Amino acid sequence: MSFFSWAWDWVTTGANWHGADSIPQQVLAHLGYSGLALLIATLIAVPAGVAIGHRGGKAAVVVTNFANAWRAIPTLGLLTLLAVFLGFSALTWLLPLVALGIPPVLVNACEGVAGVDPGVRDAAKGAGMTTWQQIASVEVPIALPLILVGLRTSAIFVVATATLAAEIGLGGLGRFIIDGLASSEYGPVAGGALLVVILAICVLALFALISRLAVPAGLRKQGRPE
Amino acid sequence: MWSWIPGNASLIWQLTWENLKLGVLPALYGLVISLPLGIIAARWRWFYPPVLTVVNILYAVPSLALFVALIPKFGLTDTTVIIALTVFSLCVILPNVVAGLRGVPPAVTQAATAMGYGQLRRLAFVELPLAVPVIIAGLRVGVVSSISLASVGQLIGVSSLGYLFIDGLQRSFPTEIYVGIAGVIVLALVCDLILVAVRRSLTPWLART
Repeated sequence: MSFFSWAWDWVTTGANWHGADSIPQQVLAHLGYSGLALLIATLIAVPAGVAIGHRGGKAAVVVTNFANAWRAIPTLGLLTLLAVFLGFSALTWLLPLVALGIPPVLVNACEGVAGVDPGVRDAAKGAGMTTWQQIASVEVPIALPLILVGLRTSAIFVVATATLAAEIGLGGLGRFIIDGLASSEYGPVAGGALLVVILAICVLALFALISRLAVPAGLRKQGRPE
Repeated sequence: MWSWIPGNASLIWQLTWENLKLGVLPALYGLVISLPLGIIAARWRWFYPPVLTVVNILYAVPSLALFVALIPKFGLTDTTVIIALTVFSLCVILPNVVAGLRGVPPAVTQAATAMGYGQLRRLAFVELPLAVPVIIAGLRVGVVSSISLASVGQLIGVSSLGYLFIDGLQRSFPTEIYVGIAGVIVLALVCDLILVAVRRSLTPWLART
């Protein structure tokens, strides 16, 4: 049997949708971990990125290089290390996910704001805007498409990696994969994997929708930045 | 505590080597596939948007999910991990190939044409060399993420430095996990530096940044 037939059989088995540790519960747990981690990462990375981008200069280059090096940190390693020291506390899963979510948002917010046309900046200043007004009503809206791309990347990383939380005994969709692997049952492994993929695609679709709604009309025509 | 390291040096070396293989091969395969696709996408613009959509969706697939999806075909083997990581590398390298080729200034391509370069020769000797910095930037991200993600392969039993994470967790022995994390980071940084050196030697005309 192929991956999809295994996954389909398992997902469409009614018993997997009811009771303790059923599919709906693990989906909610997965979304809970991911959502909280993404929220914290955003609250840290957007202001930091905007501030650094606004100042511009060397700091922006340093941030980009730093974020690239950051990728090298293996999340599974961080997760297991924290599990050894902290046990099953919330920080054990939250810290690695937040650490994973910060760099894409930080880099994109920084590049987005640093890349604002100097003419536009001068115009805002010339129109009598304070620094805060310049940032809030000119630079951030112009940088918004790029910031959203960063948020999307982070969201995808975080949703994907929340799967690993099951390795240290937590819930989420990874539970099905890890338990299935441990008991050599491929059904839940394939089903869990399919559900994570569906969740990730939903996140992509959600961000496509958000960027359509949130980006000012005047900026939309420039096309999507990568 | 730390005496564990010299006692297990041969294990650590072997895992580092496996991890290197699982990280570098996918990035190279990803590059080999991205080059022709990117060249096509840079030339025929309609080809790129659908490819980019597929790439974005593939990149959203969790590595563990892709590993397990490949198990029925390739089993719990290196091949499964290498194919999955090749897909991820492709997702980060391809957009850079396209951006690099599209970023060649029109004046330069016109000058090449005026000097009698045919399309193929212009691609090989003008456009690709000018796109090297952007392509290598993508390759660097691909290698570093593959090396880091290869450790997840341990969960389906494919050995890498990830072994030290899982074993360290089961034995509550942090030293082992420290060694694993340090190994992955050092491996990734060394590969990254090598690629920077390659980029410099391929683009001697650029300022040394």
